[in-house]
Amino acid sequence: MSAAAPDDHAPLTAPPRGLSGYAPLPGVPDEAVAPDGTIRPLWARLAGHLAGLAPDDLASALARADQYLNDSGVFYRQYGAGSSTERPWPLSHVPVLLEQSDWDAISEALVQRADLLEALMADLYGPNRLVASGRLPPALVAGNPEWLRPMVGIAPRSGHYLHFVAFELGRGPDGKWWVLADRAQAPSGAGYALENRVATSRAFSGLYASQHVHRLAGFFRDFRDALMGQRQDGETRVSILTPGPLNETYFEHAWIARYLGFNLVQGEDMMVEQGQLKLRTVAGPRPVEVLWRRLDSSYADPIELDQNSRIGTPGLVSALRAGGLSMVNALGSGVLETRALMAFLPQLAPDLTGAPLKMPNLATWWCGDPLASAAVQAAPERLILSPALATGMPFDLPGADQCRAGDLAPADLAQRLAAEGAGLVAQEAVTLSTTPALVDGRLVPRPVTIRVFVARTARGWVVMPGGFARIGARPDPEAIAMQRGGSSADVWVVSPEPVSQTSMIPVANAPLRRATPGALPARAADNLFWLGRYVERTEGMVRLLRACHMRLAESGSAAAPLLEAAAPLFTLQGIEPDEAIPQGLLDTLSLAISSAGRVRDRFSPDAWSALADLEKSARRMALRSQPGDDAARALSALLRKLAGISGLIHENMYRFTGWRFLTIGRQHERAMGLAAALAVLADPGAAEGALDLAIEYGDSVMTHRRRFALAASRPTVIDLLALDPLNPRSLRHQIDGLREEIDLLPAANDHGALSPLACTVLRLHADLATQDPATLTTRRLWALRSRIGHISDQITAAYFH
Amino acid sequence: MRYHLSLSIRYAFDRPTGMARQVLRICPADLPGVQQVSSCRVMVLPAPAARREFTDFFGTRAIELALPGGLTELRFDMTAEVTRLDTGPEADLSVPLPGLAADLAAETGLGPMSPHHFLAPSPRIPPVPEIAQFAAAAVAGAPTTRAAVRALGEALHRTLRFDPQATEVDTPIDAAFAGRQGVCQDFSQIMVAGLRSLGIPAAYVSGFLRTLPPPGQPRRVGADAMHAWVRAWTGASGGWCDYDPTNACFAGADHVVIGHGRDYSDAAPIIGMLRLDGAQTSSHSVDLVEI
Repeated sequence: MSAAAPDDHAPLTAPPRGLSGYAPLPGVPDEAVAPDGTIRPLWARLAGHLAGLAPDDLASALARADQYLNDSGVFYRQYGAGSSTERPWPLSHVPVLLEQSDWDAISEALVQRADLLEALMADLYGPNRLVASGRLPPALVAGNPEWLRPMVGIAPRSGHYLHFVAFELGRGPDGKWWVLADRAQAPSGAGYALENRVATSRAFSGLYASQHVHRLAGFFRDFRDALMGQRQDGETRVSILTPGPLNETYFEHAWIARYLGFNLVQGEDMMVEQGQLKLRTVAGPRPVEVLWRRLDSSYADPIELDQNSRIGTPGLVSALRAGGLSMVNALGSGVLETRALMAFLPQLAPDLTGAPLKMPNLATWWCGDPLASAAVQAAPERLILSPALATGMPFDLPGADQCRAGDLAPADLAQRLAAEGAGLVAQEAVTLSTTPALVDGRLVPRPVTIRVFVARTARGWVVMPGGFARIGARPDPEAIAMQRGGSSADVWVVSPEPVSQTSMIPVANAPLRRATPGALPARAADNLFWLGRYVERTEGMVRLLRACHMRLAESGSAAAPLLEAAAPLFTLQGIEPDEAIPQGLLDTLSLAISSAGRVRDRFSPDAWSALADLEKSARRMALRSQPGDDAARALSALLRKLAGISGLIHENMYRFTGWRFLTIGRQHERAMGLAAALAVLADPGAAEGALDLAIEYGDSVMTHRRRFALAASRPTVIDLLALDPLNPRSLRHQIDGLREEIDLLPAANDHGALSPLACTVLRLHADLATQDPATLTTRRLWALRSRIGHISDQITAAYFH
Repeated sequence: MRYHLSLSIRYAFDRPTGMARQVLRICPADLPGVQQVSSCRVMVLPAPAARREFTDFFGTRAIELALPGGLTELRFDMTAEVTRLDTGPEADLSVPLPGLAADLAAETGLGPMSPHHFLAPSPRIPPVPEIAQFAAAAVAGAPTTRAAVRALGEALHRTLRFDPQATEVDTPIDAAFAGRQGVCQDFSQIMVAGLRSLGIPAAYVSGFLRTLPPPGQPRRVGADAMHAWVRAWTGASGGWCDYDPTNACFAGADHVVIGHGRDYSDAAPIIGMLRLDGAQTSSHSVDLVEI
């Protein structure tokens, strides 16, 4: 083994395979390689597997993982100056391996720590004995913005404050694991951990199958069952409260909601009525009994918590006070993440859990205590000073308010400690172990921390047998943060014996129970409706543009009068037909993507990738396509992709209410488009060739030929595209469909008593059904179009509030 | 002093409102030895969809309302009979300012009146260096904490101009202080910021003030006001004292207490907004009549 850091210069020959050539950093413990340079037995098979892969095979293994992440749409949000962007998920492909025996000790220690946090929480929001008896300084609680006074005295309905917590672990120079930070507010990463698992097992499928790696699905199943068990009314659904699509970890919220079958909701989707939290759904307000909160506590209620919050639910605290809601975790749990509390947890543990801490936490001194302050003054060399009430790991995104105590002149340090002691915490500078990470095809040592998740179930706390490892971009611990280029890796807990192959699938002989779909949240219905409209609008535009570009390619300037005839249709949609792929088309696609992005939990990953791919292709084509034949071909390619999306929706989506709104949106938009196209292109005064354009727009060229066997005339076109119920592209077919689907919406048809919306559609239907080509004039078509437009307003008023 | 107290708040809306939730803190408090409430009623018109009451962390009575949509006007009417005891001039038992920290360290517990709640920055009272400098200069030479409270209150009263037009309900304290003007809410929050910068725990008090007519003139109906002042902790023996910087006096029999908190956000008379499309007009009047 070479002692030089191997990643500082490019290899002169072919890169070494596997762990040959891998050298831990001097004096830093490494997960894979022992201090004597030998590969640890646990890692031998992985090392052998990697060594056996030719560079091309390794590249394709990694590509399989990346392809999976890409297909499932996993991303994270990176914040820059004034903006944020979605970035591909940075996976470090080599998993971190842990021994079963190591793991058992970690689990036991973290279960104790979860109990400790629960006891501390119960005291801080209950009798506050720890402060009263002098065991906790009052300043850390009373001055803490995360200690929420309105929550004091509100006992949790479930009997417990905490249900889902996480801990950041690092291995110190002594080879032992340490707790670096407690996460109790609304820990993220468990869903990402599962995605990392799937991706990593794709890359190393043979190895994964042959090693006894603990599966993760059982943990999620247990927690799902625990949350469902907290309901008193089995008809209600567990909901996940997200800050919304712009949140850094929104993908995970949507992903977990889909994986566990929970509702994904935002603060404004809910209201409080008679002390009960309710979700606005298309069937009216429905009670919410269990809320898994992924929103920081103080934003949750603009009346009793942060009054500036725009993403909360007014009255949420009141609902908790009334006792009709279980909150996971209880509001105010963020106080447990306070760095300075780590100075006190070791002393509190024996009293609150009956035993000393089984795993130490980062050595911490709260400088408001004169003895601690003196200790910091006496030996500041390896200490980091930071705000006492800050949360998280001190080296994770360090702020300007943080420094090495040893870097200050002794007099300056003394002055600072005297002036702001109670506001300061000193923590030992973290050293982390390293783990092999692939950088440019070679394995190099990189610092690692592991986030481990602990959930409360009917059997007590269970620990997810794996975790979310974060890998530094550079050898120093500060480079762990993903916002600063760090990546994440899967954690394999390897058992000496075969492990149970749990999945989310129920056991074979359990009684089959078909879950009722539950009421659709109004916001989801709104977004699905508009998604349907935008996708259909895109298709209409593409068809019309393609027809025009084909004419342009065939007849050049002779096509001008015909294009002129179609101009009003382009104006209606706000697009410039001179461009091959007009900006207006791209804008509509963006709207479709953002509608879909707000219902990621209800959208299959395949449909999402197809939509994202469509948008990407359209943007690419917009850059290089030329008007005429080139554009026509590009537009044909887009149409094929659109057909794929329609197929995914029609063939694969279960006929829940959500599908219904999506379909209504599509039919509505198609009806609007057809009415306008016929009014313009089938007008008796329209230019020659306009009727053929209309038939092409209506994708009915073949049908027209078969049904009429003669040149297009106004009557044949109107009959086929407006009146024929059997043509899936006709106006009549859309109105038939709208009538059918709207009739099935909640409260639309109560034993024959029709809602105003259902009446509107029925009248529209009757009017259209009694027309013939002579009576359906241009003027009538425009009138129909505006009546169809009114349906959208009625749907909005009836279901989306 | 025994009072008949009434508060009337009226809103008129251009367009009908959406549904709304509000929390009212407008009832006088029962404070043993200071203030006694024999009756208190709050009427809401039109009738709310739901009404609940609770006592908040600091002991203030809070009324929670769920209001139906479609309102074009809204009224809150509170009437009460309250006795405010005039405790008279108090002896100064407070510690000298340098001794306050030791007294504070000896206080344990986090009950509603614990001074520990009132030292840290709060949502509407962040640390403002200019106010801290002003406060340090104002209390120089004050022999006791209570004297320091008074010195700062008097200095602010001399420096700030009372101007109801100068600030809005959410004007930040640094802006109000920079403009050297504001209303009782600004005076009080600025003073709280100053006291905290000196290490003196200080709370924001919400209440009512009786306005005495100039000598020889009749009392005007509705001229009394909702008011705010400051409550400062002066040590284990000195305890809490209420000071009104808008009027440069310790609070007395003319001051009727609703409740206290870290700042306006804890003690605001009305929290929660109505969903509005159009404009609203509002008015309120207070009568505090001796009986």
